[in-house]
Amino acid sequence: MSKRGTFYLLIVPVILWLAVLIVIPHMDMMYRSFRLETDDGAMVYSLSNYLVFFQDQIYWLTFVKTAVYSIGVTVLAFIVTFPVAFYLTKVVKVSYSSFMTLLLLIPIWIGELVTVYGWMILLRDNGVINTFLMNIGLIDSPIEMLFTNFSMTIGLLYMSMLFMIIPMMSALDSMDDSLIEAASDLGASKWTIFRQIVIPYTTPGITSGGIIVFMLVIGDYVAPNILGGKSSLWFTEQIYNKFLESFNWNEGAAFGFLLLVLSSTIVWVALKLSGQKLEKVGS
Amino acid sequence: MKKVVQICATATALSLMLTVNAEAKETLRVLTWKGYAPAKLVKKFEAETGIDVKLTYSNNEEMIAKLRATRGAGFDLAQPSQDRISFVQKKYPVYQPIDYSKIKTNQLTKSMVDAVKKNSAVDGKGYAVPHCYGTTGMIVNRKLAPDANDWSDLWNPKYAGKISYRLKRPLLIATAFGMGEDPFALYDDIDAYRKLMQRVEKKLIDGKKLVKNYWTSGDTQVAIIKSGDANVISGWDGKGWTLHKENPDIDFIAPRSGALGWIDTFALPAKSKNVEGAYKYINFMLRPENAAYFTNQEGYGTASNGALAFLNDDIKGNFSRSFPQADLDNIKWHPPVPAGFEKIESRVLDRIKAAK
Repeated sequence: MSKRGTFYLLIVPVILWLAVLIVIPHMDMMYRSFRLETDDGAMVYSLSNYLVFFQDQIYWLTFVKTAVYSIGVTVLAFIVTFPVAFYLTKVVKVSYSSFMTLLLLIPIWIGELVTVYGWMILLRDNGVINTFLMNIGLIDSPIEMLFTNFSMTIGLLYMSMLFMIIPMMSALDSMDDSLIEAASDLGASKWTIFRQIVIPYTTPGITSGGIIVFMLVIGDYVAPNILGGKSSLWFTEQIYNKFLESFNWNEGAAFGFLLLVLSSTIVWVALKLSGQKLEKVGS
Repeated sequence: MKKVVQICATATALSLMLTVNAEAKETLRVLTWKGYAPAKLVKKFEAETGIDVKLTYSNNEEMIAKLRATRGAGFDLAQPSQDRISFVQKKYPVYQPIDYSKIKTNQLTKSMVDAVKKNSAVDGKGYAVPHCYGTTGMIVNRKLAPDANDWSDLWNPKYAGKISYRLKRPLLIATAFGMGEDPFALYDDIDAYRKLMQRVEKKLIDGKKLVKNYWTSGDTQVAIIKSGDANVISGWDGKGWTLHKENPDIDFIAPRSGALGWIDTFALPAKSKNVEGAYKYINFMLRPENAAYFTNQEGYGTASNGALAFLNDDIKGNFSRSFPQADLDNIKWHPPVPAGFEKIESRVLDRIKAAK
């Protein structure tokens, strides 16, 4: 078969995947998002489902809050996991490292809902942490941790950390250790080595990890809903409410597309600002 | 070649056998609430009729969304609340009328059958049969909050930080009653209702700082008061009574301004594939001894009139303890929700949830 033929043959599954599983199911939603039910029950074409988002303060404020928290969680995920990734690839012996990576995977096997309930047991007023702190006499009355933005952030961070570690580890893995040795032989400080050698080498991993974490968090429903408490209206929760509580599928569909467009825009802006290119991230 | 033919023939025969087998077993797909189909009763039903029961657990909102998405296909029997049927049916025809001659109505409380038939009616045809009823009221830890006895205690500063409720439409209704208003009387006046909801919104936003958290499901409702995170919560009678069995301090209380009564029903989805099986299931579940088993298990009242004889004493005790005659007469039964009200309420709920 010619090279061309092979190319077409191989692209078929990709196109099928995109069309059948992604494009077609969304066509109906796209159509719905432009339909509006007037007060007398007739269906008309309208942009008002989208305009509602910009006109009604709660909606865009909720989105801004969701986006800010998602960016925050992404940054936190990087700070928390970078040392772990560095340790696993550069410090510890190879045989240990693969075993430890396996341990990191375990929370993913359990499922998000169960880990979220686990955090509830730890954080509640008479939960493990508060009871321990009170028993050793550090505090007199329980600290309110559960049902706050703090507990929500912890939950989101916990479920997304792994998706930051793995791409960073693969980037760090490919870095030649002798570069670090050479730099320190030439008198570079640890900070300089970190900034000028390690970080640039890991950047593709950080970027792809960052995109995955950001998208996971901004589209999450379970952690904000269960751990988030009384004021943590997440944008996905609003979409859920549109579909299931006010039976307004049209507005729900419009909000879904807004989430897609706005979060993609944030990723695009972040890539531009940091001077990254999407093609490089993939490699 | 001969071998290939042989293999093909065997495969065809095998697949035929499989399809025959699958068809021989009649199935009934039921969309219901957790606890409404106790495992023991389902097994008994399967043994009695040979019908294979497949259960899906849901709630009112999801039930409507699921049936709407498929235009009434995918399930053979559903269990929506009686006030959530007629407006859905008018807008998206997802149910089919009930043939009441196939229901053994003589084993049911007549007033309830009539009320449900009337409330679920569209174009003069009834769409539901009552299954069980209960009330939304308050679950209180009487040792730690002995005086809490009204909806207005859900924004009483005395219980700051120990209050919890489910931020859904029943709570808006309850808040209105707690403020001394009658929301059901405004069901035919959408503008007055909208204004009432604005007052309710303000009350709940002002009271938000006192709330520990909003519970979201039967399980989180039980967990939040059992763990001591809250002492005064809105809740369902059955859940409160189950908690009372484990911890006598906790009990269900009918609020002074009126507990909210609901009736859950059986309704037939428009594209039900096993209508006969569904009728069998309804009649089976409402047979006195089976209905009594359900009530003994879950605590909710049943529409079956003969079940009383089979009830446990502690279940009878629950009713007399939580519902003295005056409170029983004061139960506010949900009338059917008019179309368009959900839109008003969902905005209100969004704003309360988003408020600081």
